[in-house]
Amino acid sequence: MKLVYFAWVRERIGLSEEEVALPASVSSVRDLLLWLKTRGETYEHALQYPEVIRVAIDQEHAEHGDLIGDAREIALFPPMTGG
Amino acid sequence: MSVQPVIRVQRADFDIAREIEIATSGRPEIGAVVTFSGLCRDDGGTLAALELEHYPGMAERAIGDIAREALQRWPLNAVTVIHRVGRIAPGENIVLVLAASPHRQAAFDGAAFLMDFLKSKAPFWKKLIAADGSDGGWVDAKESDDKALQRWSASEGIKR
Repeated sequence: MKLVYFAWVRERIGLSEEEVALPASVSSVRDLLLWLKTRGETYEHALQYPEVIRVAIDQEHAEHGDLIGDAREIALFPPMTGG
Repeated sequence: MSVQPVIRVQRADFDIAREIEIATSGRPEIGAVVTFSGLCRDDGGTLAALELEHYPGMAERAIGDIAREALQRWPLNAVTVIHRVGRIAPGENIVLVLAASPHRQAAFDGAAFLMDFLKSKAPFWKKLIAADGSDGGWVDAKESDDKALQRWSASEGIKR
């Protein structure tokens, strides 16, 4: 699955996107955030407060309780500041 | 015929007069056009520019969802949303929202609705570039922007 990162999530992780194979234990958005957080210091820094991270599944806003299902692309980013 | 919103994410500036002309030409039923433009603001001479980042694809899609919701809620004849990305200096345009309708209230309300949802639901992020050229960090989202959505609380079509 493809993960894409924006703004300070991208800067802290040090990648704009990557392909990952999710462990079978990851089924919800919340599971994904907690799993990513264990992947190293940069992830720990980016996801220190997972509750503030906004997530989109296949380019649609998602809640942390939502299931990932067969998503192709999941995006992680800070609260949006456009306009 | 259903109204197709005009949605553009671009680096280039936009011309408000030109966008009004495009939205209204050949539509004599339009009696009111409201445009809102958001500009890059410098509080006290500390800012060289903003760097606007977006999520290509989702940005256009999210704006499209918001525009379609506005078209369902008000009798609008035209909706245009243009959001710039990249480096934008103080005084330059960042965003244009245009709503046109037979009467003024729908145009005012439609434009305000579009702008309120754009702020919190469209995937754009602003980074500050300080006057000395250094990285000034990312702009924090404002609680007041989330609160602004509450006045449109009857909106079922837009995901929270």
